[in-house]
Amino acid sequence: MSFINYSSREINCKIVYYGPGLCGKTTNLQYVYKKTNPDQKGKLISLATETERTLFFDFLPLALGDIKGFKVRFHLYTVPGQVFYAASRKLILKGVDGVVFVADSQIERMEANIESLEDLRINLGEQGYDLDKLPYTVQYNKRDLPNVAPVDSMNKLLNPRNVPHFEGIAVTGPGVFETLKNVAKQVLIELKKHY
Amino acid sequence: MSGSDLIMYEEEFSRIDDELQRLYVQTNAKVVFLVDKNGQLIASAGETRDIDTTSLASLTAGNIAATGGIARLLGEKEFTILFHEGEKDNIHISLIGQRVILVVIFDKRSSLGLVRLRVKKASEALVKIFNDITTKSEKEKSVDSFDESPFAEISDEDIDNLFR
Repeated sequence: MSFINYSSREINCKIVYYGPGLCGKTTNLQYVYKKTNPDQKGKLISLATETERTLFFDFLPLALGDIKGFKVRFHLYTVPGQVFYAASRKLILKGVDGVVFVADSQIERMEANIESLEDLRINLGEQGYDLDKLPYTVQYNKRDLPNVAPVDSMNKLLNPRNVPHFEGIAVTGPGVFETLKNVAKQVLIELKKHY
Repeated sequence: MSGSDLIMYEEEFSRIDDELQRLYVQTNAKVVFLVDKNGQLIASAGETRDIDTTSLASLTAGNIAATGGIARLLGEKEFTILFHEGEKDNIHISLIGQRVILVVIFDKRSSLGLVRLRVKKASEALVKIFNDITTKSEKEKSVDSFDESPFAEISDEDIDNLFR
């Protein structure tokens, strides 16, 4: 649910990074935070446990610039990936405008990717959304690790609809902005369709 | 998109602003602000300069969402009021008409009783304004007002420029 304010001439949109535990959702946000101009970003808020596992969400507000005199702001959120935080995960999806699914490319995490994707579909459904109709981008993260599955086979498994997908190494940055730009663009195009 | 986007027009925004200013004065609060349930700041009144309102808005919405989750587990529809007491400052959070969150931050110059009383009054007025907003945006949608929409004209180039 985007928020369009004609009075202050602002558009606010919400993008949620989803994926299994330790796939690199928070790392994506941290990289975006690190590489964005100070005047374009707010604080990066992380509600995490002492061992730096996301407990509730991470939040990063980004002000990208103007379109037709409207300030465009994106609010980036991550969900807690660990299975037992299901209840919290569901809450973060409220009012989402676009979803990034961060998949862990390591072969041994394929099962976890599938499970998380299924969970995403169900949770979106409960909020009245259909993943097939939302702006949606997939990132195959951790491409720098030795034991990764080939992108083709991951795409077959996790992305049968063949939505835009990117290879990523969130720790050092490749793919992070490509993913964000893509989903942001889809969100704005969606906005254009409706208003 | 779900079709439940919040669209704020000049007229309603100024009514909301007036309502918040009134509440700010009447409660002797430090800050009053209004957030939508998804964590977007709608409007504020008071000493907001030293406060990171964007973060505060998102965390408040998270707080309400988590409390709502607890409520449903207990078979309640929603807990409509949250109150946090600090050493100096206190925060009173209330859910209005199921869709927006009113936050009042106050110190010893005010009191919980006063805040509760005034918030209740302000809530009624705000519910009415938000009902008007809904009616208005439905009307605007049904009338073909696309010529005025700033978004119909968005080009790929505009979008690309955002990321330069």
